[in-house]
Amino acid sequence: MNIFAEGIAWLFDPAHYGGVDGIDTRIGEHIMISVIVLAIAAVIAIPVGYLIGHTGRGRVIVVVSGGVRALPTLGLMILIALNVGVGLEAPVIAFVVLAVPSILAGAYAGFDAVDRRTIDAARAVGMTEWQIVTKVEIPLGLPLLMGGLRSASLQVIATATLADYVGAGGLGHFLFLGLQTRDYPQMLAGSIVVVLLALFSELLFAILERLVVPAGVRAGERADNQEDVRAKSVRSRTATG
Amino acid sequence: MVWVFNNLTEIWQHTLEHLQIALPPIILSFIIAIPLGWLAKRFPPARGTILTLASLLYAIPSLPLLIVIPVLIGTGLQDPINVVIALTLYGIALMARSTADGLRSVDPDVRQSATALGYSPWTQFWAVEFPLAGPVLLAGIRVVSVSTISLTTVGGVLGIPGLGLLFTDGFQRGLVEEITTGIVLVIVIAVVMDTVLVMLGRWLMPWTRVASPAVRRRRNLRAVTT
Repeated sequence: MNIFAEGIAWLFDPAHYGGVDGIDTRIGEHIMISVIVLAIAAVIAIPVGYLIGHTGRGRVIVVVSGGVRALPTLGLMILIALNVGVGLEAPVIAFVVLAVPSILAGAYAGFDAVDRRTIDAARAVGMTEWQIVTKVEIPLGLPLLMGGLRSASLQVIATATLADYVGAGGLGHFLFLGLQTRDYPQMLAGSIVVVLLALFSELLFAILERLVVPAGVRAGERADNQEDVRAKSVRSRTATG
Repeated sequence: MVWVFNNLTEIWQHTLEHLQIALPPIILSFIIAIPLGWLAKRFPPARGTILTLASLLYAIPSLPLLIVIPVLIGTGLQDPINVVIALTLYGIALMARSTADGLRSVDPDVRQSATALGYSPWTQFWAVEFPLAGPVLLAGIRVVSVSTISLTTVGGVLGIPGLGLLFTDGFQRGLVEEITTGIVLVIVIAVVMDTVLVMLGRWLMPWTRVASPAVRRRRNLRAVTT
């Protein structure tokens, strides 16, 4: 337990802030890598997921991309690093590959979960295909898309710890440096910050997931719950009667 | 391929070590998640707590976890048991949710019928609810299996045995072939394991293979149109 106290003390030591190796600098790098990766992955995955969800064609892409989970990110990152050299490029490419399947699944599932009758109704009131996508499917699918972004963000922040293995910096730096010098407090301090960052991302996306639920859906849910209660009371009456 | 042929024994050794580390977490997480899933289903207030704890557990990045575990249990930094524990924790985090969802997917009418037929709660769980939750459990354990087999490689950066060592060694020596070998083997193990799980599912749950995809599609169509 003493090592934990030392780790926390390491974290609060003013000497470890500022400069290239400061905790603040490394947190900044870590967040920067994660945000770049998420942005690139989102730009690739969201349109593809929407297209598959809207047309209902090419579902196999979602399934196959889910299989990418088997690809070990560490191996992929090192393989790319050997080809393009050490630095930011290799981890970013490898993490984009890691992040795309979750976002793609979220975007696709968001469209797929929309009740077909809702879309028929939208078509019946004269909406164009484009209006159906932008005014019906995208808003209704946002919570599931946020869910996809949430797991992608968690995976990327966690895996970005490996980025420093190919010299790309980030919070993994404290882990690898501590490993070389057997400096346990430093490794623990780095670990604690990564865990906090991951939890922060979870919290942020959990809030976003709630916020993006369209008002109409929320009102509908309340009505459904009331109906559920009514249905339940009917059931128990038949059971006892 | 020259490197592969010259190092077959070493590659085989790493593969075996990889399996020794990756398989126990898959089995352990499945078993440990059963009582957790049952608790979540049986006591709705416990559900939120269990599922929140599970998702928090899953939010802990693997490399830091591999550094914290040895401090907590007093093992060496390169002890494979650290990876087994870390991956079991992730597996439990995923499977607790699958088990709770699977048990919840059992039709209440079926449960009432079982009660009416005189099943005790214990036999009702093992003979009715658990098997009927099977397909959801299978889907869950397949995800656990793939991510566990892939995540085992992270131990490589700490020098823990397994196919991850091919990555770190290949990086230091600049051997593309060594890294590619590692990646291919991890994928092959994951695919083989996934196939085993699917076959196991078909064998243990014969009722799920009754309907061919075509029949199922027709049935779904009828359900939509009526």
